[in-house]
Amino acid sequence: MGLFSMTKTVLKSLFKKPATIRYPAEPAKRFEGTRGQMEIDIDKCIFCGLCAKHCPADAITVNRNERTWSINRLWCICCNSCAENCNKGGIYQTNVYHPPIVAGETDVDVYKGKPVEEKPAAEETAA
Amino acid sequence: MHKEEQTITEVTVENLVSEVSKMYDEGYRLIQIGCGKYDDIFEINYSFDKDYRFVNLRLKITEGVVVPSITGVYLCAFIYENEIHDLFGVSIKDIAIDFKGNLIKTSIKNPFNTPTVTKVKAARPAKTENAAAAGAKADGKTETKPEAKADAGSKKEEA
Amino acid sequence: MAGRIVVPFGPQHPVLPEPIHLDLVLEDERVVEAIPSIGYVHRGLEKLVEKRDFKDFVYIAERICGICSFTHSVGYCKAIESIMDLQVPERAQYLRTIWSEYSRLHSHLLWLGLYADAMGFENLFMNAWKIRESILDAMEETTGGRVIQGVCKVGGVRRDISDAKLKEMTSKLDSIGGEIEDLCHVFFDDASVKHRSVGVGMLSKEDAHKLGAVGPVAKGSGIALDLRQTGYSAYGSLDFKPIVETGCDCYARCIVRAKELAQSVDLIKQAAANIPAGDIEVKVKGNPDGEYFSRVEQPRGECIHYVKANGSKNILRERVRTPSSANIPPLVKMLEGCQMADVPVIVLSIDPCIGCAER
Repeated sequence: MGLFSMTKTVLKSLFKKPATIRYPAEPAKRFEGTRGQMEIDIDKCIFCGLCAKHCPADAITVNRNERTWSINRLWCICCNSCAENCNKGGIYQTNVYHPPIVAGETDVDVYKGKPVEEKPAAEETAA
Repeated sequence: MHKEEQTITEVTVENLVSEVSKMYDEGYRLIQIGCGKYDDIFEINYSFDKDYRFVNLRLKITEGVVVPSITGVYLCAFIYENEIHDLFGVSIKDIAIDFKGNLIKTSIKNPFNTPTVTKVKAARPAKTENAAAAGAKADGKTETKPEAKADAGSKKEEA
Repeated sequence: MAGRIVVPFGPQHPVLPEPIHLDLVLEDERVVEAIPSIGYVHRGLEKLVEKRDFKDFVYIAERICGICSFTHSVGYCKAIESIMDLQVPERAQYLRTIWSEYSRLHSHLLWLGLYADAMGFENLFMNAWKIRESILDAMEETTGGRVIQGVCKVGGVRRDISDAKLKEMTSKLDSIGGEIEDLCHVFFDDASVKHRSVGVGMLSKEDAHKLGAVGPVAKGSGIALDLRQTGYSAYGSLDFKPIVETGCDCYARCIVRAKELAQSVDLIKQAAANIPAGDIEVKVKGNPDGEYFSRVEQPRGECIHYVKANGSKNILRERVRTPSSANIPPLVKMLEGCQMADVPVIVLSIDPCIGCAER
């Protein structure tokens, strides 16, 4: 009996379709809640830096003077901590993975906020 | 909500081994030995369990005090005692299997026996600054290195 | 009698998933003594606690291990919640239980696969991992991550599972349960599995107790040690008994893990049937002040998270004792007197996770 305990499984596997998918010819599995990558609605951002402070991987850098929000895609661990700590609700997570980064490409995505009209000084530094 | 009852008894260097033997005779199992450094005091916790009842013996020592090993009672303590020796630099004498500081291979000696860094800033991702950070690390004194190590080497200490 | 020779084993070895080094003192083919040596992957995660907000440290606690990740976050959160006397909502407790059991399923299936691989039974290895894939899919669907879930937080959980989804998961578990049963039959009955593991790596009940064995190693040696019995999360209201085998060998440890698969499936079904409605988290106010040893049962055994805090937002000290570091002394005992060819199987039988053992 012991010898044949695999037989049932072997027969089943013979006639079933394969357990694997033909990636990249077929798209990879993705669910609604999959942790893909972090996105920011930069117009909502007030550059308070809370997200950078709470980032466990130190992937986010906020520059208040230059009004930029940058994220290192290779450091980001998609924990959603920045989104939870954002007071303005400007950061959110999508289920789309970032495309692979090859050598020579930059791994930091920089988002630039609109310059503030009331403060011409900020505009100068941004330009 | 579930909260275990946890008794903590203080012991001294002199009666540590006899107290531990008492636990052994009562049929307790050694769970762990853990150390912590608070200001200048090393706090070593010896935790025991019997039928899910948790008992803890606590030993408080200052730097330089030699702690007797309990491996004569619980052999399995060798892994924890070596770890405490390697990470905190507490000297423990007569460990049954003594690795002499080679159990945990850290590039800095006793990384946990250093003052806490209050503020840490990430090295900027830009390549030029990384090079600068590496240069700063090489120049830095040995005291500053453990913190950089504790942060998985990815962060630079801000003095 | 031949002279003694020393054979270095690891940290790089085809069957070893983890960097542990053993100096095997051999007399012919027999191992006389084994001296373990770890320390290749020390990351200093415990020191990092001094620089992180205690709420943010959950992410780091979870990354101590890549397999028992969820139970690490439960252990850490439980320690903080006990210090702060937080009342975690019932629904969150049940959700934690469900995910803990899912991670036990995936860890044990991974281990059974690796074990089959160490014996050279490649077919069985692929089969175990095929089943594991459907468990991981369920995890990803509900939490967003395959092995790092990131759903546990101080005071509750981050995501909820809808009742419809829970029903779907239980019905899926029925079919997975059938597949698991087929898989376990191979481990229970197959001659080649028995040939490689019965009577190998003996660890008597007395030795297991003395050397502080935990998890399946202790259970395989006849010690009914299962921290879930203390009733943390929702385990107090679920009906189960720790699985104990008395074989004391690698086969017994393998059987314990195989039987725990069925137990986990049953526990998830029980939890899904009894889960109450309500909130999934409480608001956390203030900072922890005090100390607590939180104990949870991981797939590999008992894990301790000791947290000491002084009322500031950074914790003073967090000490983690993972099951693997407790299982190294029993491993040394098991290796004494075994055959050189059995060393890989014995090392694997404790399910070593050296990354976690060193933190």
